[in-house]
Amino acid sequence: MPKDHGIGASDKRREDVRFLTGAGHYTDDIKTYGATTAIFCRSTVAHGIIKSIDTSAAENMPGVLAVFTGADFADVGGNPAGWLINSRDGTPMKEPKRPVLAHGKVRHVGDAYAAVIAETELQARNAAEAIVAEIEELPAIVDMAAGLAGDAFVHDEIGTNQCFDWGWIEDNRAATDAAIKAAPHVTTLELVNNRLVPNAMEPRCSIGNYDAGNDSYVLQTTSQNPHLTRLLISAFVMGIPENKLTVIAPDVGGGFGSKIYHYGEEALVLAAARKIGRPVKWTADRTEAFLTDAHGRDHVTKIELACEKDGTFIAFRTETMANVGAYLSNFSTATPTFLHGTLMAGNYTVPNVYVNVKAVFTNTAPVDAYRGAGRPEATYSIERVIDKAARELGIDPIAIRRKNFVKPDQYPFVSAAGLEYDSGNYDALMDTLEKHIDREGFKARRKESEAKGMLRGLGLNAYIEACGIAPSNLVGVLGSRVGLYDAATVRVNATGNLSVMVGAHSHGQGHETVFPQIVGEMLGIDPQSIDIVHGDTSKIPFGMGTYGSRSLAVCGSAMVRATEKIIAKAKKIAAHMLEASADDVDFKDGQFTVKGTDKSVSFGEVALKAYIPHNFPLEDIEPGLEETAFYDPANFTYPSGAYACEVEVDPDTGKVRVDRFIAVDDFGNIMNPMIVTGQVHGGLGQGIGQALLEGARYDADGQLLSASYMDYTMPRADDLPFYTVDHANGTPCTHNPLGVKGCGEAGAIGSPPTIVNAVVDALQSAGKNVTHIDMPLTPLRVWEAMHKA
Amino acid sequence: MYAFEIERPTTIADAVKAMEHDGAQALGGGQTLIPTLKARLAAPDVLVSLTAIGEMKGVCMSDDGMLCIGAATTHATVAREAAAHFPGLAGLASHIGDPAVRNRGTIGGSLANNDPAACYPAAALGTGAVIITNTRQIAADDYFQGMFTTALHGGEVITEVRFPIPQKSHYMKFVQPASRFALVGVFVAKYADGVRVAVTGASEDGVFRWSEAEAALSADFSAKALDGLSVDADGMIGDLHGSPAYRAHLVKVMTGRAVAAAA
Repeated sequence: MPKDHGIGASDKRREDVRFLTGAGHYTDDIKTYGATTAIFCRSTVAHGIIKSIDTSAAENMPGVLAVFTGADFADVGGNPAGWLINSRDGTPMKEPKRPVLAHGKVRHVGDAYAAVIAETELQARNAAEAIVAEIEELPAIVDMAAGLAGDAFVHDEIGTNQCFDWGWIEDNRAATDAAIKAAPHVTTLELVNNRLVPNAMEPRCSIGNYDAGNDSYVLQTTSQNPHLTRLLISAFVMGIPENKLTVIAPDVGGGFGSKIYHYGEEALVLAAARKIGRPVKWTADRTEAFLTDAHGRDHVTKIELACEKDGTFIAFRTETMANVGAYLSNFSTATPTFLHGTLMAGNYTVPNVYVNVKAVFTNTAPVDAYRGAGRPEATYSIERVIDKAARELGIDPIAIRRKNFVKPDQYPFVSAAGLEYDSGNYDALMDTLEKHIDREGFKARRKESEAKGMLRGLGLNAYIEACGIAPSNLVGVLGSRVGLYDAATVRVNATGNLSVMVGAHSHGQGHETVFPQIVGEMLGIDPQSIDIVHGDTSKIPFGMGTYGSRSLAVCGSAMVRATEKIIAKAKKIAAHMLEASADDVDFKDGQFTVKGTDKSVSFGEVALKAYIPHNFPLEDIEPGLEETAFYDPANFTYPSGAYACEVEVDPDTGKVRVDRFIAVDDFGNIMNPMIVTGQVHGGLGQGIGQALLEGARYDADGQLLSASYMDYTMPRADDLPFYTVDHANGTPCTHNPLGVKGCGEAGAIGSPPTIVNAVVDALQSAGKNVTHIDMPLTPLRVWEAMHKA
Repeated sequence: MYAFEIERPTTIADAVKAMEHDGAQALGGGQTLIPTLKARLAAPDVLVSLTAIGEMKGVCMSDDGMLCIGAATTHATVAREAAAHFPGLAGLASHIGDPAVRNRGTIGGSLANNDPAACYPAAALGTGAVIITNTRQIAADDYFQGMFTTALHGGEVITEVRFPIPQKSHYMKFVQPASRFALVGVFVAKYADGVRVAVTGASEDGVFRWSEAEAALSADFSAKALDGLSVDADGMIGDLHGSPAYRAHLVKVMTGRAVAAAA
C-alpha cells in the first residue's frame, strides 16, 4: 500500500504553487535600484583572428557606462576544466585557457569578444552594434576526424586539436583485442550520438553587484550549484576571496546540466559592477542560449561486440571521438570518459571491455554534461550493437540480454569496466517489462498497423547507469579536481519548525517537497513545518549542487545524518527534562519517552527548551538545536532498467509515431513515487526528443544551422505517447542511509536506443535491410534509409 | 528591436495614407514581422498596424457565391466562420501554427509575406482566389511571384481576399518537424470545370500549381489517377528537414492524401 504521508507518499509538490501562480523568483525577475544592462558582441564567424576592436564610437553613445574587450581580462585567470584526464601515453590533457572574453582569436559562432554596459538594454544594444571588430576569418574546424588529421588548430598554442587520447582500461586493451580476434562472431556498428542543445526554458541570466563599503560582491545567477560557481570564480578566474563573494541562484527554470558550469558572462557582470559601482544584469536571449549554452553528447563511435554463436558476450570494444567544442567547459573532460567509459560493460557479465576516447577541439560551442552525461552515450552504443548482434545471430533480443545479465547473487559485482555494482536485479526488471509489453498482443497490433499501410516495430533495451556522484576518494584518483560530497544543516527553531539548509539546488527536482517528507518522518513532525533553504552561499553549507542524479543520494544522505545528530542531541535534552538517563529515552513519532514509564515530552517541547535553556545543564549540553553534516558517498549508485516501446512508421513519409512506451526502473527505495514518475516522464521526453527530433547541426563553416526553434525540434506533447512507468522492482542501494539510487536522468539514458531499436524492427518487418539510422530519426532520414535499403 | 513609431489607423484610407511615410511598414498580426524586428533584422521607421480597421475584418458570402474574407481577419476567425461555407479552407486555417498564432496572424499578412512554407498561398492559388488591394484586384495566378515576392507595389495594402468555393477540396500538410510550417502542403480543389492543385513548402520558387496532377485529377478525381506521375526534384528546396528528392516525393504523397480526404 502506498503511504499517505512521510517517506514513500506522493505528496504534491509544494513549490509548484508559486511556479504555477507566477509567484516564482527567477534571476531576471530581480529588479535592483540603479541596475544597468550588459550586452555582448559575439562572433558571427566560427574561427578568426581578432585584428582590432574599435570601441571608440560605442563609448560615446548615449547611456553607455563601460565597454570591455578581451584585453581587459588578459591578466585574469581562465575558466578551468574540473577533471584532469591523462592520455594513454601518460601525458596530461591539453588545457588551453578559456578567457572571460575572447582575446586574440574567436573560436566559435557566439564567442563573445566585447561587452557594453549601458543604462538601458536599447542603449546597450545600439552601442554594441557600433563596436567595429576586424576579424580575419579562418577556415573552421568542424568535423572531428578532419580536425585530428589537419594542421590548422582551434588553439594554436597547443599545436593539436586533440585534447586527450584516453584508454579505459588501458591494461585490458590487449586482452580485448585478442578476444575479439578469436571470437566466433563479431558485430560492428558505427553510430553518431547526436549533439543536443539543452534548451532550459529559462535562459541564462546573471546580475553582478559590488559593495564598495565592504569590498564585497554578490552574484545572482542561473546556477545548479552556487558554491561550485563561487569556487571557480574565486580560485581560478577572478581571485575574489570566497568570503567576499556571495553567489545566489534563486528559482532556476531548468538546467539539464547546462547551468552546472561557470560561464564568462558571470565574471563579466562582476567586473563591470565593480568598475561602474552599480548592479549589472545580463539576460541571454534565445539565440545566445543556442549559441553559447554548453551543448550535450556529440560522439562519433565505432563499437564492436564479440560473442559466441549462442549469444554469450565475449568483449565490447569502443572507439569514440568526443567533441568538446571550442573550449573545455567544467565537466567536459569527465563526461566522455569516467561517465561513459566506465559504463561500457552495461548490465552484463562480459569479461573484456576496452574503450578509447579521443576528445577533439572544434570551432563549435563547448560540449558538456547534459541530462545523463556520458551514460546515454554508453547505453546507446551498447544496446544498439546488442540489438544488431541479436538480429545477426537470430536470437531473441530479450533472450540475448538475459543470457548475459549480471545475476542477483553476483552482487557486489565488479564489471569489466571497473565499477562495483552494489545491487540490482535485471531479470526481475525484464520480467516486469515482459508483463507490460504483451508480446502476443504486439503481433496483432502489427497486423492492424499493416492493414493501415503502416509498419510497427517493438524496441527493447536494458540499461545501467552510475549516478549519485560521487565518492571523492575515487574521483580524486580518476582526475577530479573537486570533491563530490554534499552538506546539510538542520536548524530547529525555538517554536518547533525547521529550516533545512542544503547544498543541493532544486530547479525542478522537487527538493522542497521531498526533503521535508524525509526529515518530517524522522522527527515525527508535520513536513509542512519544514522549509528547505537552498541556492545562497551566504545561507547554506558548502555543497556541490545538483547534477548527476545526486541530490537525494548525496545531499539527502547528509540531511539524514544531520537529522540523526538533531535526534541525538534532542534525546539528551529530553532526558534532562524527564530526569532520566539519555540511554533510557526512546524517540518515536515525535515523542520522547522513558523506557518503562509513561513519562514523555514532545519534540516541540524539547525544541523550545533548547532555545530557552532555563534550568539547563549547560556544562553537558549547549543551547540551541542545529546540526550540520557533510556526506561523502562510498560508491556511485546504480539505477537500472528495462525499457520497451512500440512505434508506427509511415513508409510513404518516414514519419515515426511512438505508440506506447514502457519504462521499468530500479531506483532503490522511493521517497515520493509521484515525483519519481514525473522525473522519468521528463527524462523520457528528452530521450525521445534526442532519438526522433533534436539535433544541433553545424555547417562546414561552423554556422549553427539549427539555431532557433524554427529548425531545432523540441519535443511537443503530441510527439510523445502516454507512458507506462513502473518502479516497483527497487533493490535498495546498499551504501547510503535511505537506500536510494537517483531517478533524474534514467529516462534520458534508457530511451534513445529503445526508440531506434523499434524503428529498425519496424523497417525490418517490411523486408528492408536497414540495420541502423543515426539520430534524430527524422522523417527524412527514415525515408532515405528505406529508399537506400 | 530598434525603436520605431507605430500608427493604428481605423480606416483603409488612413492606412494607405500612413503607408506614405518614408520607411513605413505594414503590420498585420505580426507573426513573422515581430520576430524579425526582435532579431534586429528589419528597421522600419513607422509600423502601420492594420488590425484596428473594422472594414478589413470578417468573413461573408458575396452575391456571386464567392467567400469574402477581410485581410485583417485572423486564422482563428476563418477557421470558425468559413467552416460552413468552405470546409477545406477552414480546415487549413485551423491547422496554421498554434492557438496563439491563429489568434494573432491574419490572412492578409500571410499572403503579403508569401513565405514559401506558409499555408494560405496554397489555398489562394489552389482556388484561383482574387487578392483585392486598396487599388486593384489581382488574380492569384498573377499574384505569387516567388519566395517572399508578390505583385504588390510599395505601399499597396491587401484589403480582402475572395475565394471561389469548390465542390470538394482539402489541404494536406506534412509539417516541418521544428517549425511546423509546411514541409510540403498541397491544396486540392475540385470545380465543375476542373481541378486545381497548389503546392507550398516545396519549391524554391514558392507556391506553384502542379499542372500534370490537375490534368489527371480533372479526368479522374481519385488518388489512383496520380499513379505514374512524378514531380521533378530540380528546383525543390533542400534543407535540414527535407532533400529536394524527399520534397518531390512528398508532393505526390500529400496530393494523393488530399484527394482521398477531399469533401
